[in-house]
Amino acid sequence: MIRRHPQIDSEGRLRHLLSIDGLPKAMIERVLDTASAFLDVSGRTVKKLPLLRGRSVFNLFFENSTRTRTTFEIAAQRLSADVFNLNISASSASKGESLLDTIDNLAAMNADLFIVRHAQSGAPFLIAQHLDERGKDVHVVNAGDGRHEHPTQALLDAYTIRHFKKDFTRLRVALVGDILHSRVARSNIHVLTTLGVPEVRAIGPATLLPAGLEAMGLQVFHDIRRGLEGVDVIIMLRLQNERMRGALLPSAQEYFKHYGLTADKLAYAAPDAIVMHPGPMNRGVEIDSAVADGPQAVILSQVTFGIAVRMAVLGMIAA
Amino acid sequence: MRISIINARICQPTLSARDQPVEAGADGLVAADIHVADGRIVAIVRSGAGAHPGDALPADWVADRRYDARGWVVAPGLIDLAARLREPGFEYRATLESEMQAAMVGGVTGLVCPPDTDPPLDEPGLVEMLKHRARGLACARLYPLGALTVGLQGEVLTEMAELAEAGCIGFSQANVHLADTQVLLRALQYAKTFGFAIWLSPQDGFLARGGVMHAGALASRMGLPGIPVIAETVALQTMLELVRVTGARVHFGRLSSGAGVALMRAAKAEGLAVTCDVAVHHLHVIDQDIGWFDANHRVNPPFRSQRDRDAIRAGLADGTIDAICSDHTPVDDDAKALPYGEAEPGTTGLEVLLPLVLKWARETSTPLPAALAKVTAAPAAILGAERLLGSGAGQLALGAVADLVVFDPDACWTVSRDTLVSQGRHTPFLGYELQGRVQATFVAGLPNFERR
Repeated sequence: MIRRHPQIDSEGRLRHLLSIDGLPKAMIERVLDTASAFLDVSGRTVKKLPLLRGRSVFNLFFENSTRTRTTFEIAAQRLSADVFNLNISASSASKGESLLDTIDNLAAMNADLFIVRHAQSGAPFLIAQHLDERGKDVHVVNAGDGRHEHPTQALLDAYTIRHFKKDFTRLRVALVGDILHSRVARSNIHVLTTLGVPEVRAIGPATLLPAGLEAMGLQVFHDIRRGLEGVDVIIMLRLQNERMRGALLPSAQEYFKHYGLTADKLAYAAPDAIVMHPGPMNRGVEIDSAVADGPQAVILSQVTFGIAVRMAVLGMIAA
Repeated sequence: MRISIINARICQPTLSARDQPVEAGADGLVAADIHVADGRIVAIVRSGAGAHPGDALPADWVADRRYDARGWVVAPGLIDLAARLREPGFEYRATLESEMQAAMVGGVTGLVCPPDTDPPLDEPGLVEMLKHRARGLACARLYPLGALTVGLQGEVLTEMAELAEAGCIGFSQANVHLADTQVLLRALQYAKTFGFAIWLSPQDGFLARGGVMHAGALASRMGLPGIPVIAETVALQTMLELVRVTGARVHFGRLSSGAGVALMRAAKAEGLAVTCDVAVHHLHVIDQDIGWFDANHRVNPPFRSQRDRDAIRAGLADGTIDAICSDHTPVDDDAKALPYGEAEPGTTGLEVLLPLVLKWARETSTPLPAALAKVTAAPAAILGAERLLGSGAGQLALGAVADLVVFDPDACWTVSRDTLVSQGRHTPFLGYELQGRVQATFVAGLPNFERR
């Protein structure tokens, strides 16, 4: 059956933020513009705006993450919302309660917004559709679902790129590393191609690159030096230790030797290329400390911008 | 009991385009009355353009009942080569009662049941109990497949001869991967010794491990782990090689890929004694139809690419694929109301089998007799129905057992949770309007279902 994307309501407004895939360019640009205004607020001594005063924001993290949860918490608090953190993996799920039962219970507590992190791709879609079918006026923001998407990360990455590079339509961007398991990579691919980046490259060993990347508009490279040649933006992806167990890679050492970003590999990129990483970094696995702490790294700017971008998203959806 | 089904248009299934009945009209149908006595067809009296001077009623024929089928088509009852009725063990998903009723509503008079029940059908007592329960319901005929290995564990062979005596028509691992090729080799050798058929679903468990949808560009985009086509072809290659060595009779269930169809085509050209089927939903649905992680699209094997679907349709047209089944797998609501990757695979199929076969026939201009053969005469031949029911099983023939479906080929209905009788309410076709609706289903000459 043909249905509209569940994150857009029948009036064409953004009701939930579930994926960058299917998010119109104009909406992405509005998030970036709004974030720009909020960035000034973050720099003031009094950092609060009353936009979400009296609203209840629930952080539902079915999968652990301190960093993303904290940045959402800060963003919601700066908009004056009441924030509740639920570590679901430690409570109801372990008692056998089903996902949708948990959601129904929390919705009954008059929540206004759920920020959802889940290990299964598509889980926020299920939750949003369930709430809509039940007529519950609760908004859902995807804070990372399985290997699928991490929309706010991609929006803050886009913000960072726009901040440093201004014009998307003249850029070469490289995504390096474990694209197969990366929701950050997928969201970034959509955000970059939607914003008009003419050349997006994927760099990694064949075991970490999913099939059909070309169909998503990417050029695939296995040799990092060739892949980095002339790029303006490098987005490094986190490599998780468990990848060494599933016969995807022989060892972290061998991975670092061939795909870890070191100063000599970085020299293949454009001289003013910026280096980004969604964090947390594995120094000595995907990135060398000399690069992570070097002048081209903008990793800490990403974190600062992340708060403003998340404020923009929460404001657009729930205000 | 004597019944006359009058004013019907009858469809004689044909296994190849060449032997279409000469009297049939452009639609492949012949106007006729069918007369049934004591569970068998005793006369077919053709009329109109297809009239035949030799057709005659038995002397002093008096029908106990006349069933007027004006405007409707009468065909042999459908025989479904893969229908899970969920008994024993999964009664919370479906019961024999509910699914037998769904079969009647779908015009399905013969059901081949895979052995992946709980416990699996690996002991004669279980098979006898199932057949006994089914007989008590007096609905569709049940053709159980026995487990190939004890507990479907892939280690120890079951007592095949005992199970065959209890009523198993063949032996299968259902969808459980048999990793140990030595066990598979010996199972085929042993089955060959007694002339038993082995039914296999080709999917390599290692290559499919963790996968939840077709491995392709869309799975990559959605971040869902894929089941690659090579999971099917690697398994199929291995199995075909074992067939070559043992000469065992093997039926392959639920091919899903164009590459798999190509392997089957080559195997048949080579002269191997193999047959195969596809699930009816694979004739229509592709991976792109999954929408926003719709768990109703989670099936095993997964919906593949449009090219695969086209190859399956070509395989049906050239006879590489012998039969179409429903792969009916009722799943309870709780097991589907989960994120896509955690939802249980399976779709309800008995009630949509006929309309979906008709839809495929219309879309490919396949004549009705050839289309319906894929769900009647062909599956009857694969499961050896003539051995059990006498000659003419799965066909409309004098003396054949009177398992019949009467359907309105023009009636449209909408698939919804309310219109389905099966306890399984999950199908990618929810909300679809389908053409073709069963009006009555006869088993052994008795009307077990009549639409009011």
